[in-house]
Amino acid sequence: MTEPPQKIARREASKAKQDEAPTDASIIVQFQSATGETTGPQLDIPHNVTPQQLETLLNGLLSNEDKLPYSFFIEEQELLGELGAHLAAGGISVEKALAITYQPQAVFRVRPVARCTASMPGHSESVLTVQFSPCGTMLASGSGDTTVRLWDLNTQLPKTECKGHKNWVLVVAWSPDAQYLASGDMNGSILLWDPRTGKQLGACSGHSKWITSLSWQPAHRPGALPSSRFASGSKDNTVKVWDAATRRCVLSMSNHSAMVTAVLWGGEGLIYSASRDCSISAWDEGDGKLVRVFKGHGHWVNTLALSSGFALRTGAFDHNGKAPAELEEARARAAERYAEATQGKPERLVSGSDDFTLCLYEPSVSKTAIARMTGHVQLINQVVFSPDGRYILSASFDKSVKLWDGARGTFLATLRGHVGPVYQVAWSADSRLFVSGSKDSTLKVWDARTRKLKVDLPGHADEVFTVDWSADGGSVASGGKDRVLKLWRH
Amino acid sequence: MPQNEHIELHQKRYGKRLDYEERKRKKQAREVHKRAAYAQKALGLKGKMFAKKRHQEKATMKKTIAMHEERDNKHKAQDGAPQNAVPAYLLEREQVDRAKVLSNTIKQKRKEKAGKWEVPLPQVRPIAEDEMFKVMKSGKRMKKSWKRMITKVTFVGQGFTRKPPKYERFIRPTGLRMTKAHVTHPELKATFCLDIIGVKKNPNGQMYSQLGVVTKGTILEVNVSELGLVTPGGKVVWGKYAQVTNNPENDGCINAVLLV
Repeated sequence: MTEPPQKIARREASKAKQDEAPTDASIIVQFQSATGETTGPQLDIPHNVTPQQLETLLNGLLSNEDKLPYSFFIEEQELLGELGAHLAAGGISVEKALAITYQPQAVFRVRPVARCTASMPGHSESVLTVQFSPCGTMLASGSGDTTVRLWDLNTQLPKTECKGHKNWVLVVAWSPDAQYLASGDMNGSILLWDPRTGKQLGACSGHSKWITSLSWQPAHRPGALPSSRFASGSKDNTVKVWDAATRRCVLSMSNHSAMVTAVLWGGEGLIYSASRDCSISAWDEGDGKLVRVFKGHGHWVNTLALSSGFALRTGAFDHNGKAPAELEEARARAAERYAEATQGKPERLVSGSDDFTLCLYEPSVSKTAIARMTGHVQLINQVVFSPDGRYILSASFDKSVKLWDGARGTFLATLRGHVGPVYQVAWSADSRLFVSGSKDSTLKVWDARTRKLKVDLPGHADEVFTVDWSADGGSVASGGKDRVLKLWRH
Repeated sequence: MPQNEHIELHQKRYGKRLDYEERKRKKQAREVHKRAAYAQKALGLKGKMFAKKRHQEKATMKKTIAMHEERDNKHKAQDGAPQNAVPAYLLEREQVDRAKVLSNTIKQKRKEKAGKWEVPLPQVRPIAEDEMFKVMKSGKRMKKSWKRMITKVTFVGQGFTRKPPKYERFIRPTGLRMTKAHVTHPELKATFCLDIIGVKKNPNGQMYSQLGVVTKGTILEVNVSELGLVTPGGKVVWGKYAQVTNNPENDGCINAVLLV
């Protein structure tokens, strides 16, 4: 039965009115920064404004000389399309003044890697670890054939082979000023190399079992440049701090009752160590005293990450790979980059464990976790903070990678695509893209904003053990069980 | 051999001879020569048995001496580290050895086109029709016998609906329908319980292939997505062929071996 004609006419009229309403309406907004303080006065802007226009407006309000890119959030949801459409979709009321939070994005943009430009054979056993130097110009790899190899990125050929270890090389670490390369092996010995010539500078022996992790002192700490100290964690339950110039063990910290799985030298004067005895310890870097113990996990703690991790690793080098030559200037620049990365707030530490959860701490403030992030159904192998500290990524053996908020620890997205356990992840320097390597021999590049797969990179013949993205964003290096190191570029 | 303890009793009561220790030592020293003389003199079966026992004793003695001497031996330093290097995060974790990247899809497609496969069981016992089918009588007077019931295991698939009972010639009993197979990977020697996607070919005839009958030697297509196999081109492999190795109607389960 059809409706009476008057009812039809009334319905059409009200629909026409509804369709018209949003186009010429306007809304009152208030910009606020990520920390919550308001910027500029309340503004009356039309509904059909786009994020680009908001960006221009904000740059004007902040009187920026160069136009900096920003991303906008309304109540945690990122604004992607027109303001009016976003509000209608989210069901947000337009009655009161809308608070729009803005976050600065990296000024430079990294292009997604799409092809394998070089497969560099050379190692005679699986490649266990790969690391770009902080300036992004050199590449070092450690392998099961007991050698450390340095690769030339311009010609994409091997440069030098550093022999000296007697067992598998498990960890490789660059000093923040790229003067030293430290490598730890399965016998517990640490060797120091000069990256430009490939000569061995010295050996640090003291650990009785294999080295699981190495971490250099950050460049902005007083007395840190030229690089001198680094910390090593080992299966013999101790964390040792070494001096690179004299190759002597300066401090030895042994509070753990099981193997130390990860060591991180923080930027606030604390050294963090995670262990298989389910606890994380914070040590003072000056005298090695135990400052705090974080108990929160129910099983082995596998991995640690700091929110200022990228700034600590790259030191005084910027995204073009340049650093000031003078020591004092370099230290000041490193301190500047560190301050930018932390933005005045205390450092945050996240840990991933075999009990399928992550814990987020503010170690210099309190020993209870800010958040416990659950969701994975298998053990977590690696956690990484994005370079701007906004996101946390966790790679797990349940074939998924999960994205979490870096400040509060809330869950954002799950990224599925791999068909085997995901071993390692690496962020690009502008925090927009990240790459994951897995046991199923593929690497996948994902977009952090859309949370979707961007590029699929097959090519390895066997498991991919390690991935790293260079600090200048130009290339990704990956190595694995098939003994070939692959370089991927745009 | 003393029958009682009178020797010990005498020794307890009156003590041992003064030169007891010395005599004992000398007697034991002479034992060696006595044994050697006996070994040379003994003939026949006794001689053979003694020689065999003596040979065994000599061999074990040589081994123990060599073992003791190991302590003083110098060994060449172990060159190179043990095989199968794993990164630090995989140490002390039991890892199941999974199948590596396998044959190309192109190669597989070419093999399929040629219709030639190298299979583990090239020949199977032919199954006669009267073994495969059981005659089912139908009709008001139970005189019509055009219906057949399949007495072997069948696979029917998800969307299977029977033909109207009045017209169906082949009856596949639900008790003999199976959806999963225990598939063994021939190199890893690991067995997985995988879903069957379809029956590719039954060696007894193409009629049986069409009906979905699973007997020994049948080629099935199984869902291997849980193995996490990836081709060199990066595509995920989710179906592979497997050949049945047992008689499923006797065992109640389908055992197959994966064709890699």
